[in-house]
Amino acid sequence: MTLPFILFFVLALTAIGGALLLILAREPIHSALSLILVMMSLAGLYLMLGAEFVAAVQIIVYAGAIMVLFVFVIMLLNAGVEERTEYSKIAKYVGIPLGLLLLLDLAHGMAHSLMGRAPANGAGSANVMVSTRDLSLQLFQKYLFPFEATSILILIAILGALVLAKRDE
Amino acid sequence: MSVVPVSYYLVLSAILFGLGVVAFVFKRNIITILMAIELMLNAVNLAFVAFARAWAQLDGLVFVFFVIVVAAAEAAVGLAIVIRIYQNRQTLNIERVNLLKF
Repeated sequence: MTLPFILFFVLALTAIGGALLLILAREPIHSALSLILVMMSLAGLYLMLGAEFVAAVQIIVYAGAIMVLFVFVIMLLNAGVEERTEYSKIAKYVGIPLGLLLLLDLAHGMAHSLMGRAPANGAGSANVMVSTRDLSLQLFQKYLFPFEATSILILIAILGALVLAKRDE
Repeated sequence: MSVVPVSYYLVLSAILFGLGVVAFVFKRNIITILMAIELMLNAVNLAFVAFARAWAQLDGLVFVFFVIVVAAAEAAVGLAIVIRIYQNRQTLNIERVNLLKF
């Protein structure tokens, strides 16, 4: 076991544990905090993959902005313990095996998707560090139009949120 | 010093996505369901970054930014809708918001 492997397993287990806590927690605020845990460990994994700018954006935008919005709404609505309601029989006896099947299939497919055609996978890839400069050049040259389109999307989302949350007179 | 194979990251991404699906189906609080969607988007982001690394291509990382932007917009609008539902129904339980349910 070398240091990258240990680091990977610590971060991966933290992420999976956070996701499990999100499912098991009864209070929405606990779910929100465990989701922040998942996002922080994913930021660590992005750093290990050599994408340091993505890691910074993950912490600032996801763990910072989006989750603060969630926590804010939970506080605002004073959301308490979640009620348990009866699940349908189909969900119990068909849904769980099918969900597990989907999970296994996804994991299997993902694990084998790189078989035999991954040039940067393995020993030679240690020096593939993505520079933020290359990333920004890509974003502002090749993907300039989608970038501008997302700014319009953000504008529409702001207007939509304002209109929806406004109290009617 | 050896490097962690990229397929490990992909398996982790699949596991997180599966847990997100489970949370989406089993949680009964609307806010927590929105959080489950965020978890699935995060899992997809991890797959994007891992593939970008595997093929030494930057396009995957650019897509991560777009996913984050869409997630932010979705969270803003979704939470506004949640506030609206709470004002109208005084509940956050998805089972009690069943006007369109057959």
